[in-house]
Amino acid sequence: MGRRVLLIEDEPNIIEAISYILSRDGWTVHTHADGETAMDKVHQGVPDLVILDVMLPGRSGYDILRDLRAEAATAHVPVMMLTARGQAKDRELAEALGVTRFMTKPFSNAEVLETVRALAAP
Amino acid sequence: MTPPAIPPTPPPRRRTEFLDRGSYRQRRLRDAARLMPVLGAVLMALPLMWPRDRPDQSLTSSGIIYLFGLWAILVVLAFVLSRLLRYGAAAAPGGDAER
Amino acid sequence: MISFNLLIAVSLAYVAFLFAVAFAAERRAAQGKTAWLRSSAIYTLSLSIYCTAWTFYGAVGYAARSGLEYLTIYLGPTLVMIGWWGLVRKLVRIGRTQRLTSIADLISSRFGKSTGLGVLVTALAIVGTTPYIALQLQSVTQAMGVFAANSGEVWGPSDLNRSAMWVAMGLAVFTLIFGTRNLDAHERHHGIVLAIAVEAVVKLFALLAVGIFVVWGVAGGLGPTRALIDASAQAQWAPMPSRWIGLIFVSAAAFLCLPRMFQVLVVENADERVLSTASWAFPTYLLLMSLFVVPIAVVGLDLMPAGANPDLFVVTLPLREGRDGLAILSFLGGFSSATSMVIVATLALATMVSNHIVAPSWLNARMPGAVVSGDVRRVVVMSRRISITAILGLGYIYFRVSGGGEALAAIGLVSFTGVMQVLPAMIGGVFWRGANRWGAVAGISIGFAVWAWTQFLPSFGVDAMLSQAVFERGPFGLSWLRPHALFGIEGIDPLVHATVWSMMLNAGAFVLVSVLTFPNPLERLQGAQFVNVYEYSSGARAWSHSAAQAEDMLVMAQRILGSSEAQALFRAEAAAQGKSGLLPDVTPDFLSHLERELSGSVGAATAHAMIAQLTEGAMVSVDDLIAVADEAAQIMEYSSQLEAKSAEQERTARALREANEKLTAVSIQKDAFLSQISHELRTPMTSIRSFSDILRDGEVDDTARRRFAGIIHDETNRLTRLLDDLLDLGVLESGQVQLNIGEGRLSDVLDRAVMASGIDPARVRIERTPAHEGVTLRTDLERLTQVFINLISNAAKYCAAEKPRLRIKVRQTQGATEVDFCDNGAGIPPEFESMVFEKFSRLEDQGKAGGAGLGLAISRQIMTALGGDITYLPGQGGAGFRVSLPAAAAAPAP
Repeated sequence: MGRRVLLIEDEPNIIEAISYILSRDGWTVHTHADGETAMDKVHQGVPDLVILDVMLPGRSGYDILRDLRAEAATAHVPVMMLTARGQAKDRELAEALGVTRFMTKPFSNAEVLETVRALAAP
Repeated sequence: MTPPAIPPTPPPRRRTEFLDRGSYRQRRLRDAARLMPVLGAVLMALPLMWPRDRPDQSLTSSGIIYLFGLWAILVVLAFVLSRLLRYGAAAAPGGDAER
Repeated sequence: MISFNLLIAVSLAYVAFLFAVAFAAERRAAQGKTAWLRSSAIYTLSLSIYCTAWTFYGAVGYAARSGLEYLTIYLGPTLVMIGWWGLVRKLVRIGRTQRLTSIADLISSRFGKSTGLGVLVTALAIVGTTPYIALQLQSVTQAMGVFAANSGEVWGPSDLNRSAMWVAMGLAVFTLIFGTRNLDAHERHHGIVLAIAVEAVVKLFALLAVGIFVVWGVAGGLGPTRALIDASAQAQWAPMPSRWIGLIFVSAAAFLCLPRMFQVLVVENADERVLSTASWAFPTYLLLMSLFVVPIAVVGLDLMPAGANPDLFVVTLPLREGRDGLAILSFLGGFSSATSMVIVATLALATMVSNHIVAPSWLNARMPGAVVSGDVRRVVVMSRRISITAILGLGYIYFRVSGGGEALAAIGLVSFTGVMQVLPAMIGGVFWRGANRWGAVAGISIGFAVWAWTQFLPSFGVDAMLSQAVFERGPFGLSWLRPHALFGIEGIDPLVHATVWSMMLNAGAFVLVSVLTFPNPLERLQGAQFVNVYEYSSGARAWSHSAAQAEDMLVMAQRILGSSEAQALFRAEAAAQGKSGLLPDVTPDFLSHLERELSGSVGAATAHAMIAQLTEGAMVSVDDLIAVADEAAQIMEYSSQLEAKSAEQERTARALREANEKLTAVSIQKDAFLSQISHELRTPMTSIRSFSDILRDGEVDDTARRRFAGIIHDETNRLTRLLDDLLDLGVLESGQVQLNIGEGRLSDVLDRAVMASGIDPARVRIERTPAHEGVTLRTDLERLTQVFINLISNAAKYCAAEKPRLRIKVRQTQGATEVDFCDNGAGIPPEFESMVFEKFSRLEDQGKAGGAGLGLAISRQIMTALGGDITYLPGQGGAGFRVSLPAAAAAPAP
């Protein structure tokens, strides 16, 4: 069984696209579409990589990132953030909170795949 | 609630001392347009000073020719001025007032 | 020999034609096709109501009696029009920015929206205009009498009276129909304007035809005509200088001050640019109208029997020469001159009476605290109808009482000098900020009194209103008050005497009292708006260092800080700059200081917006802000009078806080706007790019490929929709939207919207009341459907109830049809209520159903363009929206 990636994103079509390309590459993709309960999902089984959208219903990606970094069990998990806003201050905020990689939508599939391979390599 | 930061006030725009030729011409045309009624009034009063000492003169027909001639000239001047005055640009620099 | 019945038949056909023209114009205007109705040709022709029957018939009589003096009446307005850039343009601009409805409204709103001044000017206008209306009725009936006599009938006074009554009634019907059809804020009447433009062509054509016939057909060409002139009693031209100049002045002044002229010149003007054409075209019209007057007079004096009335030469000359067709044309010309004047004058007076006398007294008579609702409108329409009837009735009574004789002939100039008394207040109000209400009241009252004493009352003749003794020795033996020799100065022409004294005392009192008294803040504000109308209305105000600017700021600051505090602040600042007085230079330091002071009272954002408004010109209009400040100031004043922390004060504080919050939120939103657009565009693009990458890579099975292509297709649609919405909003906001007005039933529009919103009837229940939906609409139906679709699909998207339900209620209120959309969901939290119509203002960040949060913003823009409104209805147990359509757009189904 491949390594686990947790995708927290609420746009159904983007979920489907990322799931498809990662599954095809041999990853096990879990998805979650709500910000409020995202940490519960993380607690059910710590993934090898989190792909996190910024604008989520209930709770923003920044808040989730802050929680991930605050807990000992998840502090080391690489986090790849996706945003459609793409302003410099968004990137700065994410970096201050300890993001591993910050990526702006739209992305190329190859780029996502490479990043996931680099970050979540065993 | 915090009020938004007040942006610094822009530096005062100075009245320009020298205009380009086009604007200068427009301003003088506007002066001319304002003076039109004065010119008209003076010329309309002119027949009051015509000599009236000879009883056989028939000033009415001369008066008709003079006054209607003057009238026609004023109309032509007003027409020319109305063409030359750039109305929209003059009324509101940077866009017409009409939204 | 024409039979009299033929004349009546032709006249009735002509009247029917005018009705048809007016109806057609109103129809076109209702369809939104007003461009050609606003053309400069129509505008110029409508100004020709200056030429009444007094011109058409009277000018020839005037020339037969006094030679070239008649020309002064047309030279004055020529001077005004060729000088349009200086004065008329300013009046028109003020008329539009202040939405003036009459000359009484101009004076009243310039001087602090004073009711008293409105009443005064209205009274002056009625006294000055009623005799003039009587004169028109007289002209028409006299001309009819000529035809009657020509066909062998002998007309007695009762026949004249009867025909005058029929004419007055016909005019009343026309004015009632087209003058009170639509009561819009602009008081524009397309039907009437087009009808008088047609009449203008008819009267010019008729007078030119008679003139050409007389010169070339009767006199035998230009040379013989000149010889006739030189041989006539009027060959000598020796104008009295004071009278020549005085009359030019009087006619120029009257051109500006006559209520009917103000109506067509300013109120009916929808586009300032037509002025530049009218500036030369209208003088041309006047020139042509005056051109053949002397030849007709001279030939008439030569050919007609001694004692024939020269006022009727225009009709009697063609009749004498056996040109019956020309005579009828000439009659129609005179008829046109008279009717167009009466219609517009009556309309203008009725507007003044209902706006300045009836409506204010009706409002005052109501119980204090009673809610003023839409029925004001009904009262206004009703009072206007009654006023029209009453004014025409008054004109008819005047005609009867004055005996319809020679006494009326002189009334033209009497009327001119009467309405001219408004001139000092008008010119002063437009060019001098220091002019104030007390000055205007003093000037107009004194001018009115002097005019009544020296011209109006004497015009009835000796021993009619004033006795012989009063003329010779003055009232009560006070010889310095003799009507034609005020202050003992004798020997002046009565008209010049009345003009000079009334204008001198009027203007003198106006200036003196203005200088000695103080205006209230509203007057100062209105003064600034009138005098500096170009800066206020251009929207691009330069930030100059003028004292006027500082004064604007002082006016505003006084309303918010209180006058003593504000003056102390300004004086201290001026002193710091080394200046004396109250008005410092407007420097950046001073501005930020002032802003801080103001923000203590109204919050920073509001204060900043106010300052920005006065210095740069921003998006919110000055009027809006001043209205806020004024209201706030009034409430504050009221509260401090109570000297208690009252509910009012809290309400004020809340109102100001809300305004502040909204301004703050809007400015933050503006920052977020680009970021939002970026997000909304990038999200669908992400899916598209990703799936197209996948498809390009290949190795996808058929089912998956079809599915991915479907997603790409959907997301592309979403992107297109978003761009359409943005463009739509851009067009709507810029005000360049093309409306496609049509007719349809509200129920059909709702059916279409429910269908198109594509909601699942099994999931969302829609409750409607078809009984109330039978309303016929005249509006852009597609756009309205778009608004309804937005509201219905919003309810479907955001209503989170177990069993979503949407109730659509239709209500008829005064002047509007209201359609309410209420769902049973959670509603909108109060803190977001003020924001729902802003762009991208979704309650949550995510587009639940693919909307970008532009729907309500677009809906609001559409409703504004349609002349209606859309508002949020709180307290409906869910989200509620109300769409209001103006009455013009809706009528109950038959």
